[in-house]
This record gives sequence, structure tokens and C-alpha cells, in this order.
Amino acid sequence: MSNVPADLRYTRSHEWLRTLSDGTVEVGITDHAQHALGDMVFVEVPEAGRAVKAGQPCAVVESVKAASDVYAPLAGEITAGNGKLADAPETVNAQPYGEGWLMRLRPAPGALAAAELLSAADYQKLLDAEAG
Amino acid sequence: MAFIPHTEADVAAMLAAIGAQRIEDLFDEIPAELRIGALAGVPEALNEMEIGRLMSERARRDGLALSFLGAGAYEHHIPAAVWAIVTRGEFYSAYTPYQAEASQGTLQLIYEFQTMIARLTAMDVANASMYDGASATAEAALMAVRANRKSTSARILMPTTVHPHYRRVAATTTCNQGLRFEQLPYCAEEGITPAASLARFEGHDVTALVVQQPNFFGRLEDVDALTDWAHAHGILVIAVVNPTSLALLKPPGQWGARGADIAVGEGQPLGVPLSGGGPYFGFMTTRMEYVRQMPGRIVGRTLDAAGRGGFTLTLQAREQHIRRARATSNICTNQGLAVTAATIYLSLMGPLGLERTAAAAHGRARELTAALTRLPGVRTAFAGPFFHEAVLQLDRPAAPVLATLGSRGILGGLALTGYYPELGSALLVCATETKTSADIDRYRAALADALQQTARAA
Repeated sequence: MSNVPADLRYTRSHEWLRTLSDGTVEVGITDHAQHALGDMVFVEVPEAGRAVKAGQPCAVVESVKAASDVYAPLAGEITAGNGKLADAPETVNAQPYGEGWLMRLRPAPGALAAAELLSAADYQKLLDAEAG
Repeated sequence: MAFIPHTEADVAAMLAAIGAQRIEDLFDEIPAELRIGALAGVPEALNEMEIGRLMSERARRDGLALSFLGAGAYEHHIPAAVWAIVTRGEFYSAYTPYQAEASQGTLQLIYEFQTMIARLTAMDVANASMYDGASATAEAALMAVRANRKSTSARILMPTTVHPHYRRVAATTTCNQGLRFEQLPYCAEEGITPAASLARFEGHDVTALVVQQPNFFGRLEDVDALTDWAHAHGILVIAVVNPTSLALLKPPGQWGARGADIAVGEGQPLGVPLSGGGPYFGFMTTRMEYVRQMPGRIVGRTLDAAGRGGFTLTLQAREQHIRRARATSNICTNQGLAVTAATIYLSLMGPLGLERTAAAAHGRARELTAALTRLPGVRTAFAGPFFHEAVLQLDRPAAPVLATLGSRGILGGLALTGYYPELGSALLVCATETKTSADIDRYRAALADALQQTARAA
């Protein structure tokens, strides 16, 4: 059973979002996603200052099983990539919602409202449906 | 033996099973206007005897010229053992095996190749090879764009002292990928890229600087100054190197304070004979930090489930069978046969043998330029050190001089007029350890005659 914290929002492509006190948004992959991918061996995060569009691939997580793109959940500018993951990619497995965050971005005006994000309950329904 | 093992009966049975009348029906989906139809200009098939005779006749037409031609492909002595071993059945395949791990011998050979190339270049890691030096240079430019994450311009500084063919291949390969190549002029007196000429790019977003060593003119670039300047400005350095020269010259991993970021080159000098332009092979190396941006295959060493050592393809998440359109490159293969030859060549030569070869080749080149420049009307175009190849300036047109030499069975070098019009009547000449003092005398005497027969340039 995957851990789906109630205070976060989610995407259909298994990213989570947390709005920080300074208005930026922290993004990572969900517990379900890290579990499905398996042990991480490499994580590539975007450089600060890069402008991204919603749905644009902007990070890569590579596990012993597969390499997957992580998509920007909304348009904005990257304010930070989690550089610590370069030396410790397994943090994404151990703490997907904490130290294993991938990037922070400042949403473009209106981008947060325009993004199609799921509540924890809706994301849980998506997982249940996928599990079929 | 035919390569297609299906008999007519097999084909008929298979067509019947899927309900098709003819093989041609399987291609119905392709619209008629997209089909090329008959291949005009492609002659009827020849049998083995006929093709053997045709090829012998063509080969005879090449003659056995005494070659002083270099310009990217170099005639070196190849120990007889090299190709005797390469053509053993166990090695005689030009391709990375599809069931790679089932071919431990092939993987071990590639692993040894990677190790030798990484040591020769003093870089951290090498891939299993590229198609040739030119395509490796193009791939290095694409790789630099991925690896230099501080830069968004995809702007590459390309000295005009880089092989003209490499520059064209790099431009052609990348033309739809938004790369921009800035041609850097060379110093007319010295034939190298002046570090001072780079100052105009300071403050601009530049992704990478290409440096060929020795450069196309055979001259030695100031690689330390160029590398340090690039790194001071957040620019990656792509080294294009001659592998033989690395036995004598500072390897790219030691250029400047930090070393080059990517090093590539043409591998042909390492045991691959000159052959109408190929097949040759390219090599590519980088620092560990950028290994995931490197194209091509990489063989790694590992332990199996029982704890025994073995070899495996590694870091495949970069490749197109996993990452599809977002792969680092569409190259997922290597030049297996040529790489096998190079690995055997390097293991037979050893570091000392390669150093002796490089020194002997350079010694002959010095002897050649000294002999030729004693002739009136011949002088070296550029001052300063070179490696086994140099540009000579003639006081009359190069093409008819080369034609006269050719009629005497001598390939006298490459006329540079078409590539570098500003050099006028210039000839790129090369000598390796394969040339003797008698060969050089023969060239000098023939050149003296050819110059006399050719009218002075207006």
C-alpha cells in the first residue's frame, strides 16, 4: 500500500507538489512511483533559472529497472534542483516526500490555478484504478 | 551458401498462412508515389568470380603508390599478427552482439579497448567506439550541449585548424538540432589558433570549444592556454586527437589545469589499414561526471550471481532502445572489427612500442620537410613545432605538381587550395615510420623535376 500524504497535491504522471511558505512549489515523485521504478542509481535535476512549461520533461530518474522522465507539473521557473541526489540517488527511494524532492519552481502567474492537480483522495483513486 | 535460407516452398507456405498471394502484397500499405521503383544505375548482380576479378582490376588501378598523404588517415606498419588474430572466427564480426552478455569474449575485448583508450587519452572513461573521427567530433558537440548545463546557447567555437571534413560532418550532423558553430581563424604565421583571439567571446554564452591536436596542419596548438581560457568562462573543451601522437604529446586529460572534458579522435592509425576512406573507427572519452551524456555503447565489468567476474553492457539507460527519442544519441553500435584490430595493435605495441612508432614517424616527417624545403621554391608555411605532418608552400600551382608526382607513382600530399584558398599553393605532406631515406630522396628528386615542369604561379 503506497503512502499518499493528505497535505500534498499530485499529477497523473505520479509527481507530487508541496507549496512552500515563500510561494515556490516543491516537486518530487510519489512513493508509488519510486516503488514501481525500484532502486535509484542516478537522478538528474534541472538547473536553477531554467523556465519550464507544464508537462515538459525536466528531470530524469534512473533506476536499476528503467530511466524515466519527470515532468514539470506547471509552468514556471526552476529555483532549485536537489543537488544532493547526485551523490545519494537512493534518497528518492527512502524519503520520496522529504529529502528526496527533485526540484523547486516558482509558478508562472496563474499557473498553479491552471494546473490539473489531484487531491490525495483522487490520486489514491487513480492508484486503486491502476491496480485494478 | 545463400544468406536467405527460405526455399520457394517455404515462402509459398508462409504466404498461404497469412493469406497473401505474393511478397509484394505485404508492401501494399506504402503509397505508390513513395516507392523508388527500379534502381536506375544499379547493375545486375555479379557472381563471386566476376566480382573478384572486377575488384582486382580496380585495386590494380590504384597501383602501389609511395604515399606522403596524411590529412587524417595515416599509413603505419601493422604487425602481421594483428589481422591474423582479428580474422579468427571468434572475432570476425563487425557488430556488437545482440545477446551481448552471451559473447563474453567480445565484451572483454571491448572492455580492454576502452581501458587502453582511456589510459592513452588520460580520461576517466571511454565508450566502445564511434563510426570515425568526424562523426565522433559531431557527437562530441551534441554531447557538450547536453553536458554543459550552464549554457543554453548551443554555440560551439570551431577553429578552422580542425580537419575541414570534421567541420563539415559536425555541421551536417547537427544542422537540425540548433547548434551554431563559430569558425575561429588561425594565425597566418604560425598556423595555430591564437588564445588571444578568444577574448571577443568573453561575456557571451558559449557551450564548448573544439581543439584539434595536432591540428589539421600538423601544428601543435597551445592546448593548455586554450583549455584554461575555456574553463575560466564556463566553456567545455572538446579535444580531437591523433592516438599515435599521444605516446609523445600531453594527453587531453592533462591539458591545462583541469584537462579536456571530452576527447575524441580517428582510431585508424592504430592497426587499421588505409582503405579508400574506411571502414575506420572513432573513439570517444570523457570525465566520469559526464558519462551519462556520452553516446554509444559502454562495456562494464561486474560479478555474476555466483560471484564470478564477467563483462556486461552498462549505463544502457542512455540508449535509444530504452529512452527512445530522448536517448543521448541514435548511435547504439560500435565498429567492432576495427576496434578489435586496434586493441590487438595496442597490446602488441605496448606503450613503448607506440612511443617508438610516434617518434620514428615524426623523425621521418622532419627528414622529409628538411629535404623538400632545400629545393628552390619550397618552404614551410608555418613556423613552430608539428607532429609527423606539415604544410609546404610552393611557388607554383600544387595541382599539376601533384599530377606529375602521381604519374611517377608518388602521392605527394594534399593540395590545400580548395580548403584554404588564402594559403595559395600549399601542400600538406606527411611521413610515417613506413618511409625510408631512399623513399624521401625519391620524392625530393621527383618534386624537383615536377617543379621544373610546372610554370610558376602568376
